[in-house]
Amino acid sequence: MTGACDACLRRGYLVGRLAARIAAMLDRPGKRVGALLSLPEEELVEAVAGRSAGDPAALLGGFEAAQARAEMADRHVRALCRHDGRYPPQLLQLQDAPAVLFVSGEGDLGLLAHDSSVAVVGTRRPSPYGREVAQDLGRGLGVAGVPVVSGLALGIDAEVHRGCLTADGLAVAVLACGPDVAYPRTNRRLYERVRERGLVVSELPPGQRPYRWSFPARNRIMAGLARITVVVEAADPSGSLITTQFATQLGRAVGAVPGQVTSRVAAGTNNLLKDGAAVVTGPQDLLDELFGSQSDEGRAARAQAAAGAIDDPVQLRLLEAVEASLGIDGICAHAGVPVREARAGLSRLERSGHVRRDPLGGYRRTAVPC
Amino acid sequence: MLASIATFALTGVDSREVTVEVDVRRGLPAFTVVGLPDTGVREARERVRAALLNSGLEFPLQRITANLAPASMRKAGTGFDLALAVGVLVASGQVPAGAPDLTAVWGELSLGGVLRPVRGALAGALGARAAGYERLVVAVENAEEAALAGGLEVLPVPSLTRLVGLLRGRWRPDPPATRPATQPGSSPLPDLADVRGQQDAKRALEIAAAGGHNLLMVGPPGAGKTMTARRLPGILPPPSFDEALEITRIRGAAGLGDGRLARERPFRAPHHTTSPQGLVGGGPVPRPGEITLAHRGVLFLDEIAEFSRAALESLRQPLEDGVVEIIRGQRSLAFPARAMLVAACNPCPCARGAADCRCNEVDRLRYARRLSGPLLDRIDLICDVQPPPAAELVARVGAAERSAAVRDRVVAARERQARRLAGDEALCNGHMDGRATRRHAVLGARGTERLLGSVEAGTLTGRGHDRVLRLARTIADLAGRERIVAGDVEEALGYRLVSPVEIAA
Repeated sequence: MTGACDACLRRGYLVGRLAARIAAMLDRPGKRVGALLSLPEEELVEAVAGRSAGDPAALLGGFEAAQARAEMADRHVRALCRHDGRYPPQLLQLQDAPAVLFVSGEGDLGLLAHDSSVAVVGTRRPSPYGREVAQDLGRGLGVAGVPVVSGLALGIDAEVHRGCLTADGLAVAVLACGPDVAYPRTNRRLYERVRERGLVVSELPPGQRPYRWSFPARNRIMAGLARITVVVEAADPSGSLITTQFATQLGRAVGAVPGQVTSRVAAGTNNLLKDGAAVVTGPQDLLDELFGSQSDEGRAARAQAAAGAIDDPVQLRLLEAVEASLGIDGICAHAGVPVREARAGLSRLERSGHVRRDPLGGYRRTAVPC
Repeated sequence: MLASIATFALTGVDSREVTVEVDVRRGLPAFTVVGLPDTGVREARERVRAALLNSGLEFPLQRITANLAPASMRKAGTGFDLALAVGVLVASGQVPAGAPDLTAVWGELSLGGVLRPVRGALAGALGARAAGYERLVVAVENAEEAALAGGLEVLPVPSLTRLVGLLRGRWRPDPPATRPATQPGSSPLPDLADVRGQQDAKRALEIAAAGGHNLLMVGPPGAGKTMTARRLPGILPPPSFDEALEITRIRGAAGLGDGRLARERPFRAPHHTTSPQGLVGGGPVPRPGEITLAHRGVLFLDEIAEFSRAALESLRQPLEDGVVEIIRGQRSLAFPARAMLVAACNPCPCARGAADCRCNEVDRLRYARRLSGPLLDRIDLICDVQPPPAAELVARVGAAERSAAVRDRVVAARERQARRLAGDEALCNGHMDGRATRRHAVLGARGTERLLGSVEAGTLTGRGHDRVLRLARTIADLAGRERIVAGDVEEALGYRLVSPVEIAA
């Protein structure tokens, strides 16, 4: 099996060709794709382009599977259709599961079918707290070898991927555009890093730009891939909550990170908790949920997550001082070391992931336990 | 009769020789000046006429034509008055024809015949010396500055009457009074010991000074960024004689000098509303910008995020090359611009300080991005400036280290670099390019391990890599070590600037 059969590939490219027309039809606030993507070819074309559009073959304008494969090879994109053994079976529960997934990146394709992936999503404008928790979840799950699925958006998504990559974990990014398109542009370096070690997945063929409709459509794939969907900070309503709606429809677990009740970006997550979502306070909660708190797997993963403990007392004092958000001089005074050693010590803590550097040089404590 | 008198015109921070030819012959009384004079130069006719008559000299009622050669260069300013007056005197036979040989004159005249000073006396004197003149006549106020050039006799002349006496061989001026140059150390420069606390900023300042690295200070308003930055010239090595001459020449040309030799490096702090032209120089008659005025010294940009993008971008090239090229029509001018950049900004847009900050991450990132990426690429270090705690404010004065002690270490580190970089283009670690960095900043096994660890942890990019090597090199030089140890690398990692371009990913 080469990944995708001609018929599925054709279907994938058809959706790509129709993407702009779907956008013309649907890209208004409040409109959703609904069952559109589950229609068979002729009906899909008719629904989107109208009866006059004629048969899909014309629309596809002489689609050649061989040509598409050559183009994909050029752009380092692989395809995986439902007839391939590696196609994630959990995704087929979606009534409109994509016929084919276009994949870019060096990771193992088998990764997608992993039965205990976790999707972590959230707002594009998080608080520092949200960022820390997101990165910590990414890192904790990454260390434990759990595939971490997210959407490569700004904010929470990016932090999750970043955390996962720091831990050398299995990162999966599901995009609303072609898998070879780094969107948003701001995240293109992160996109490259995900591709180096993980997978970038999309139902749209290479080269496609994102549309308003393709974001919720992408969310259904994230929910479909993951056994648990976790939201770290989301306003209400928001795209992240759409993801949890898909997860709920599929009967998958939904978790949320509790936030400040006065914070706008915690409204969505706190409402999820009211509706009975699992409370997530760290990667451990997710590992317990996946593997059970007593299982060997759980214990092994826990041990791994706790790796990187600090035993040097000066380092611990430095960490405390960072937490109290003192300036560098305050940090020196608290740790009782001259400024040169404090700077050196802080760069060691940065390397071990315990502190993070602000754009303008300040240090911040991360959620990595010490 | 025809007379030919040498004088000088200021072009930016240099001078250019101008020959004033005056022809007096019979005809309807008229006084014409040719050779692309601007209004200021044309008005010289009236000053010259009045000055001659009020000095008891004769203004010939004949046809007077003056030509300023090279005639193709535009002339501006009032410095041609004296040469025109002397030309008229020689051409009308009031002073002996051979008297002004090998003598250049430069000055403005009052209607009463008093010599007034011009800007750029040192630049003029250096030009006169280079052109082979033996004597230079200037106003008394200009004499001390002009005499710094050395190698030619500077004649301070108070008035046109005295000048005629001099040319007729009946009067000699006293040589210009030279006040002792301000000695380094005894200077009124602010001392580092006056800054309470600020351990981090002081250390960063020392590293920056030792390696010629550009520095970014981050801290809330009122924390002492400007106060600390002002101490930088006091810990930089004192300028060599040639450097001091350069500094004095530029100051004089900009009209900022006090006539004495500059013994300390300049510190310029332009306001953030300064235009690109104000920063790098320019204008119809090109004038040096702030970066040239800061040549061999420090350019301090407070509130760097508030500067216009165009202004910041205009600094990039000069910071790289150490020179500003201004092109006007067919002529191009080069202004020296080798200055250290110290920038300062708030940690976030609200500028309330860590405790009460209400900015979210996106706001902070957006603020950081306002600092032009290409400019930040030229900055190696970042430091933290916080308002000192109350205990520091009441601490005993004099407990802190004085600037002189820091300067000694900086000088030693610079000497070390000069030996190592002999033959290289760079003069200090901060100016090393990628290749020089790799050659001169070689890490041992443990240092390499630290650096690679940071790359793998994703906290250091290729862009930041060279920056850390350069900083580590300087830190080792400050410690008097040729070998860079792991601790140097770690400290360098702590001080490195992470540009917003890197943070985006």
